[in-house]
Amino acid sequence: MNWLLLLEQILNGFQLGLLLFLLAAGLTLVFGIMDMVNLAHGSLYMMGAYFCATFTGWTGSFLIGALLTLPAVFLLGVVVEMVALRTLYARDHLDQVMATFGLILFFNEATRLIWGPIGLVIPLPEFLNQTVEIIPGAPYPAFRLAIILVGFLVAGLLYLIVSRTKLGMLIRAGASNRDMIGALGINIRLLFTLVFGLGAALAGLAGLMAGPILSVEIGMGESILILTLVVIVIGGIGSIKGAFIAAILIGLIDTVGRSFLPELLDLVLPSQTAATAAPAISSMMIYLLMALVLAIKPQGLFPPKGVGR
Amino acid sequence: MSLTPRQMINAALLVILALLPFLTDWAGDSFYTGLVARILILAIAALSLNLLIGYGGMVSFGHAAFIGVGAYVVGIGAFHAFEDGIDWMLNGYIQLILAIFGTAFIALIIGAISLRTRGVYFIMITMAFSQMLYFTAVGVETYGADDGLSIYSRSDMLGLIDLNDEKSLYYLIFFSLLVVLYLMHRLVGSAFGNVIRGSKSNEARMRAIGFSPYKYRLTAFVIAGAIAGYAGFLMANLNDFVSPDVMHWTRSGDLIIMILLGGMASLFGPLYGALAFLMLEELLSSIPLTIGGLRVGEYWQLLFGPLLILVVLYARNGVDSFLPGARKSP
Amino acid sequence: MTTQDLLVIDNLIKHYDGLLATDDLSLTVRKGELHAIIGPNGAGKTTLIKQLTGEIPSDGGLVSFAGKNIKRLSEPARSHIGIARSFQITSLFQDFTVLENVCLAVQAHNGHSFRFWKKINDDTTLTDPARAILRQMGLEERADTATAALSHGEQRQLEIAVALATKPRLLLLDEPMAGMSREDSEKLVEQLNELKQHYTILLIEHDMDAVFSLADRISVLVYGRAVATGTPDEIRNNEEVRQAYLGEEA
Repeated sequence: MNWLLLLEQILNGFQLGLLLFLLAAGLTLVFGIMDMVNLAHGSLYMMGAYFCATFTGWTGSFLIGALLTLPAVFLLGVVVEMVALRTLYARDHLDQVMATFGLILFFNEATRLIWGPIGLVIPLPEFLNQTVEIIPGAPYPAFRLAIILVGFLVAGLLYLIVSRTKLGMLIRAGASNRDMIGALGINIRLLFTLVFGLGAALAGLAGLMAGPILSVEIGMGESILILTLVVIVIGGIGSIKGAFIAAILIGLIDTVGRSFLPELLDLVLPSQTAATAAPAISSMMIYLLMALVLAIKPQGLFPPKGVGR
Repeated sequence: MSLTPRQMINAALLVILALLPFLTDWAGDSFYTGLVARILILAIAALSLNLLIGYGGMVSFGHAAFIGVGAYVVGIGAFHAFEDGIDWMLNGYIQLILAIFGTAFIALIIGAISLRTRGVYFIMITMAFSQMLYFTAVGVETYGADDGLSIYSRSDMLGLIDLNDEKSLYYLIFFSLLVVLYLMHRLVGSAFGNVIRGSKSNEARMRAIGFSPYKYRLTAFVIAGAIAGYAGFLMANLNDFVSPDVMHWTRSGDLIIMILLGGMASLFGPLYGALAFLMLEELLSSIPLTIGGLRVGEYWQLLFGPLLILVVLYARNGVDSFLPGARKSP
Repeated sequence: MTTQDLLVIDNLIKHYDGLLATDDLSLTVRKGELHAIIGPNGAGKTTLIKQLTGEIPSDGGLVSFAGKNIKRLSEPARSHIGIARSFQITSLFQDFTVLENVCLAVQAHNGHSFRFWKKINDDTTLTDPARAILRQMGLEERADTATAALSHGEQRQLEIAVALATKPRLLLLDEPMAGMSREDSEKLVEQLNELKQHYTILLIEHDMDAVFSLADRISVLVYGRAVATGTPDEIRNNEEVRQAYLGEEA
């Protein structure tokens, strides 16, 4: 086994995991506090990437583009919440699934209309577009490293917000006991809108960071949405901590599985068959993990206290 | 026997569907027979899913996977008959039994685990299982992986019915729809259906009066899965093709859309929903209007998406709520 | 324990997050009696009912019913040996008709329900007993009404009718008069007076007039403990009870 490759794949795993966490954090809060299934969360991620590509094109700088994208996606999230989702909180999950499925169709088609069917490229500035030797002899793309750093930074910041601030206290209270926030006499509408906007901004951040390494294209939100849903379900809906752990876990399994399964399968299968089967099997492993977790703990690994009452 | 206005509309629809191949012959355009046949197959699958969602309150988000399993039985059978000359694998009855019982067995395993969870978790775990089946199909090189399998010969029904004849196939599909409609009618009105509906309405009370909903729900899940598997059998024969795409989670989403569009409180709802879904797609995408050099029809989902939201918000029971004698949505 | 005792609760315990909801509770319900439980809010009365029906597991102690330890029985299984409950907060099948509500409960005790074909609507083995119970509770004329369309008082009556339909040997009634008008309450007291001729009843109720007129024996629950048990007269004259509880209400 190639240890340097393993190290690189582990880093890639963290990078994917942290991206997933950025998406999952917002989604799990919306889920947990408002009891709202939002399939359109992936669309906000996609919008993040498209906005960033556009703003970068206008300003000529990725960093400024990224900084403009965050408030833009935040606003978009707020608008979506106020126009479409607000009325859905009181509805059952089926209605929410359906309506947000409709939102996905809308966003995909609107994106095609505005930006065209062909994907976009987000050019990186020089200092991010190089490799860094973390260990001598093991070059690693600087941008991926930056994603990992930003991911950890945001995770830390989020932890501080949730555990130390008044907003965080309300969020925690809401995730474990929805009726309680109402009893506290808080302006729930505003809180929900704010949390939704925050979640949208995080999704946008994930999108703009994924843009340069994956591709900016229509439908990019759906595949990652499913992974994100898996993450929050494994972690326990409403739990930031659960989302973090599950996101890293999924990121590692997906990345490491994809790069090492072909070698392992090569030992038992003809190589062509192994090459086709490996990505499918590593994708399956994620769902297998989820099924396993739910079979044993039907409320995920870290259900917030009081959920289910 | 006198019919209510609603029953008359339902009956009229069935009569039109029964005469459709002749109507299209007369119009000289048989394209629509194929399209409607596809709609009817999806209606069968949606009907089976409505047993879970509409009557049982079990929002299964992986139902398309069962269609896929049934379809792959036909595809794989045809593949081996064609490649390896294994003739019995083309036998329609063997395929049928494998499609139905194979899906039932898979549904039993998936249901047994999934039904331990509730609410959002149930939605997600059923989706996860369907994605596992999807990736299984993607990962098997022999059966075409991503590209799917072309089916070079349709199921051999040993002379009883010739599926290569488009009309015969259409009538098999139509007849199947009638059978499934009647089956659902009996099922929902039976002692079993009563338990399924009661468990949706108030599970806590069900347990208090002495029911254990789990085993009844699991049975419903298996029945619905088996019917979807049968729909897959029909689908593979109609399309002469099967690919992992039929099992993708968005296909399961389509089935749920059909149920909501049609109205889940009624027996015929999913049929109306399937019709509305595919007709809307046809209709919206052929809007001739052009704005600023862009043909509106080309971006039909821009309209379809918000339309879905509007249906959810303002027409809870979809098409059903526009028919006479509609039940008020709760 | 004697053959007179239908339900025996021994040192029952339940705690939530360190708080003792049921604290070493012991209680006996005799066959044929109407045993009322009173106590201030938060005394753990509904928790006790949930433990008895098996809706929530107990953390210690013993419950025996008709001489058998029922600790391991699930909630549906306890229904089948004859324990029925009504809910403090009305818990009916709102989208079913009144008759269908009762039929469903009859069906639960009419063999298994893996019958997929025969119409349930005209099954007289269900509708006959169901109608009889509706008659008993004065709801026969409302049989085909949608449950959601019933008045609050009628829903409370249906709540009991559904419990009766399971052919119980012990009826656990959790504040059957909650939210009822004075008129409706008086009617229900009459009906309960009739029911107590046929059923053993454990009644939780805040309406003291109703309790003292109906009960054969009364237990006073405070902070998850039974502080006193006795006839209505004994309870009325119990100094401890007067101070702890009745004093506030009287």
